[in-house]
Amino acid sequence: MPEPLIQLQGISKLFGDRMIYHDLHLDIFPGETLVILGASGSGKSTLLRVLMGHVKIDSGQVLIRGRPLHDMDRRELDSWRKSVGVLFQTGALFNSMTLRENLALPVREHTDLDDQTIDLMAQIYLQLVGLREHIDKLPAELSGGMKKRGGLARALMMQPRILFYDEPTAGLDPISTAQIGELIMNLKNKMGATSVLVTHDMQSAFHLADRLALLFDGKFAAIGSVEYFRTTTDPLVRQFVDGRLDGPFLNPSDQCSYKAELLGRKTDEVPHGKKTT
Amino acid sequence: MRAAIEFFGDFFYLLLDTLRAIAPALSSGRGRHLAWRNLWIQMNRIGVESIPIVSLVMFCIGAILAMQIAPEFAKFGIVPVTADVVALATFREMGPLVSAVVMTGFGGAAIAAEIGTMVVGEEIEAMEAMAIDPVRFLVVPRVVAGLLMMVCLTVVGDLAAMFGGLVASALLLHLGSMQYTHHALGILKVGDFLTGLAKAGVFGVLITAIACFLGLKVRGGAEGVGLNTSKTVVFTIVALILVDLIFTSVFFYLGV
Repeated sequence: MPEPLIQLQGISKLFGDRMIYHDLHLDIFPGETLVILGASGSGKSTLLRVLMGHVKIDSGQVLIRGRPLHDMDRRELDSWRKSVGVLFQTGALFNSMTLRENLALPVREHTDLDDQTIDLMAQIYLQLVGLREHIDKLPAELSGGMKKRGGLARALMMQPRILFYDEPTAGLDPISTAQIGELIMNLKNKMGATSVLVTHDMQSAFHLADRLALLFDGKFAAIGSVEYFRTTTDPLVRQFVDGRLDGPFLNPSDQCSYKAELLGRKTDEVPHGKKTT
Repeated sequence: MRAAIEFFGDFFYLLLDTLRAIAPALSSGRGRHLAWRNLWIQMNRIGVESIPIVSLVMFCIGAILAMQIAPEFAKFGIVPVTADVVALATFREMGPLVSAVVMTGFGGAAIAAEIGTMVVGEEIEAMEAMAIDPVRFLVVPRVVAGLLMMVCLTVVGDLAAMFGGLVASALLLHLGSMQYTHHALGILKVGDFLTGLAKAGVFGVLITAIACFLGLKVRGGAEGVGLNTSKTVVFTIVALILVDLIFTSVFFYLGV
């Protein structure tokens, strides 16, 4: 078993009065693709922010190659961030810059490469995501899917060995979804990149993952292989994977309290004596 | 109370980070080119593009001052002294302050809206994820541009106001342009000019730093951008008046 690249050791985080993570544990190994699943608002994207050092945790620790993230000084943190490529949900391209400038920026900032080489790299990565003909367009001139692919090309410019993807296929058409999936697969196979992928898309998750982790109620309710997630009888996993309405994710008692709140009284005190179901 | 202390604390930390980042931003190897480029863009946006509006406003202020003062002076037969008062009021007070108010509306609001939109669009987070310091990359060029262009705008505004006073004096007060110029130049000392420019420089830093700070503080989408943009204008104008009061008190005490 190789040494974990990233370790989450008992992390907890409170947002207002809501405990978003409670004693969360996870090991991420070099070269693996880990898919994080969970309902909307369960803290999947925030977890990527925690790993990047953007969000501070209340307790526990995040270890990067055994080194606590919160002990890192500015130089170490920058070095960690430079080694990671991040694809944001919206692509997060800089709106005032063309695609060419967006891609060139990190390389121009962190390397001594000449402008001609940087431009060549930008063209190669844009070709990879099928956007080379749009190189001089501003993000405002691109569709949502194109922005996302542009964001992926920019994330690859520093040739990172670790990649974080935040909902890489959300809102994309099936062909773009397949294209992005293929890209992620190639990066894993050809570069041996370590990938952490946050998604709702179960088809992509099963296609890309080495392991999956299901986030529920501030903890990982299940961590396992694709095979485990396909075959387990765990009601939580089954409900999420099969997309069922009834189950722990949507508790019928929540609906009762919702009705009570909506009507401003207990559910059995419905007007005209009608019983709610 | 705690929120207010946190707010001012955060602002002064940003100001401190900005001052610390200025030298590396302008001199470091690869960052140098980008910092200069951003600086030129910002100088054009918040400075050069403000010239017409500052000139117009200050021309009117000069003319208004002349027309307000002259009738009182006429009672004592000292109409030419109008030029003295217009010159002193413009160079010591109105030039820097009014130019700063115009820059707040023109440049400050635009900076807050732009950076706020970047926050909402995850652009700032993306920048940090690429190990690019937003203070060095975004705040420093804007603050340096604010300082330089506010001084330049004040010089332009001072001249426009003096010209406005001259036109009003010549057309309505029958004060000859030579006499007006002679009086204005006679009363002005180098100190009047320099104190005005010193104020202008501080105003420029204040306007852009508040705008960047409130831009970076945006939360909650388009509504947050709008809210912090209007806050930028209000907070900056209040801060300008307070700092102006402090400056004037110090200059008064020192006899400058």
